[in-house]
Amino acid sequence: MSGNNQADIQEHIKVYLTIFGALAVLTILTVMASYLDVSSSEAIFLALTIATIKASLVAGYFMHLITEKQTIVWILILTFFFFLVLMLLPLITATDQTGV
Amino acid sequence: MQVPYVVDERPDTGLINSKLAIWIFLASEVMLFGGLFSAYVFLRMAAPEGDFAYWGSKLSIPMATINTLVLITSSVTVVLSWASLKLKDFEKYKLYMGLTLLCASIFLVIKYFEYTGKFHHEIYPSSSTFMGIYFTLTGLHGLHIIGGMIVMGYMWLPMGSKLWDTDPDHFTNRVETAGLYWHFVDLVWIFLFPILYLL
Repeated sequence: MSGNNQADIQEHIKVYLTIFGALAVLTILTVMASYLDVSSSEAIFLALTIATIKASLVAGYFMHLITEKQTIVWILILTFFFFLVLMLLPLITATDQTGV
Repeated sequence: MQVPYVVDERPDTGLINSKLAIWIFLASEVMLFGGLFSAYVFLRMAAPEGDFAYWGSKLSIPMATINTLVLITSSVTVVLSWASLKLKDFEKYKLYMGLTLLCASIFLVIKYFEYTGKFHHEIYPSSSTFMGIYFTLTGLHGLHIIGGMIVMGYMWLPMGSKLWDTDPDHFTNRVETAGLYWHFVDLVWIFLFPILYLL
């Protein structure tokens, strides 16, 4: 995070504890949401949305990404692109005609 | 021989070498777990209707919820250990790093009970497609926990932490680098928890 003097670090510690509280609440919310009477696709959407929020909080604040250098941000953007390709790969099977 | 740019930032990247290196390593880790997440999606799409939900219901949500909270706690304690070093408070560093190691141990013990509980009911990776991917994903994640514990354990014990006496900035950066890895391990679990236990 930007600024590493003693007062800044004290401020950071307060932020870390707030994020910790938010992550704990979101974990309980995820579990509660899984008991909701919703369709399978809605449940997947809900669970993954909460997980993405939690992951963003960890990456942004604990890993200091929000104030990190551009070099790292660009590495991660490139990684995210290839990760997305990996995630979309199984969709090819939706139009797979093998064995038909 | 001193590794260059572990304390001072490299002028061209604007980063210390170890930080750039750990982020590139974490990028490769994203692809490693990404491949398995992709396999999970693929297997789930191909599985008979309700098959994943049926086998998933055999897992313990309370145990996994506690483990999620334990890992989140360890994520905050590891960042607090780094912050303590920034505040020149070595005793607090020892405390928070010790708590991180304790949380990691609790996580593994709970995982051990989960695994043995499954084996006791004769559920193995070969029992179903879901269990195959469950044991693969959680097993690989567990290995990452063990790896993190080895590195953080070394930094907690005198043989690793003695660097604080001779080069405190270098040691602080080491802890930050290990912390980044540890947060990533937490991050992976944040996605594993809902896809394996809740969906």
